[in-house]
Amino acid sequence: MSDPRFRVTSDPLDVGAVSAIVSSADCGAVATFVGLVRNENGGRRVLWLDYEAYEPLAVKSFVRIDEEAGERWPSIALAIYHRVGRLDVGEASVVVAAASPHRAAAFGACRYAIERIKQIAPIWKHEHFEGGEIWIEGATADPMDEDARRMAFAQCT
Amino acid sequence: MHVTIRLFARLREMAGASEIQRTLPDGSSVRAAWDSLVGEFPEFDDYSRAVSCAVNEDYARMTTPLNDGDEVAFLPPVSGGEVP
Repeated sequence: MSDPRFRVTSDPLDVGAVSAIVSSADCGAVATFVGLVRNENGGRRVLWLDYEAYEPLAVKSFVRIDEEAGERWPSIALAIYHRVGRLDVGEASVVVAAASPHRAAAFGACRYAIERIKQIAPIWKHEHFEGGEIWIEGATADPMDEDARRMAFAQCT
Repeated sequence: MHVTIRLFARLREMAGASEIQRTLPDGSSVRAAWDSLVGEFPEFDDYSRAVSCAVNEDYARMTTPLNDGDEVAFLPPVSGGEVP
């Protein structure tokens, strides 16, 4: 059975359910991040997004991110859910939940996880906007790129 | 040897297929699979610098050797690099 903390799904995301996976009696803090479909991007009026993933590798990249975060914040428990398929404006595309005995680690690990998801998770968005469509392409996905990893850590201090 | 190539996002659209079978010489690396795609779809060359690859559902390098039956995936740049 695969780890219930890391999922790619076409079902709507429930932030409460994802936080509940990592919450426990010894955790005094859960930090959550919810990524939403925004109605504007680069001056374009966004109508909807289509998310596509290479699912098995995406889940493995979430596991990797958990291991990386655990090196820096040993006390944290992390869950990552990412949605695929057509998402309308306002819908949640990704939920990160980081639980820890204390809030500093929870905030740090949550931020680190979303930065790394954007760097290395094989997930693409096809933006449908008023007047056209475009694949959003950013960085080359390379988990071994230590500069990218340092940049992600730098967001968390 | 026979390999299965998986394509995603814009690469999938440009090829008009999410999965392509290829026969490559024994001893080929991932790069040979990529080069064969560029031969068929010249516009793939725009991605030669930016593409990532995976073999059997793990990130790999262009120099990674391939074996018969492997699944090779080519991954266009992901959504990272935006304003945080």
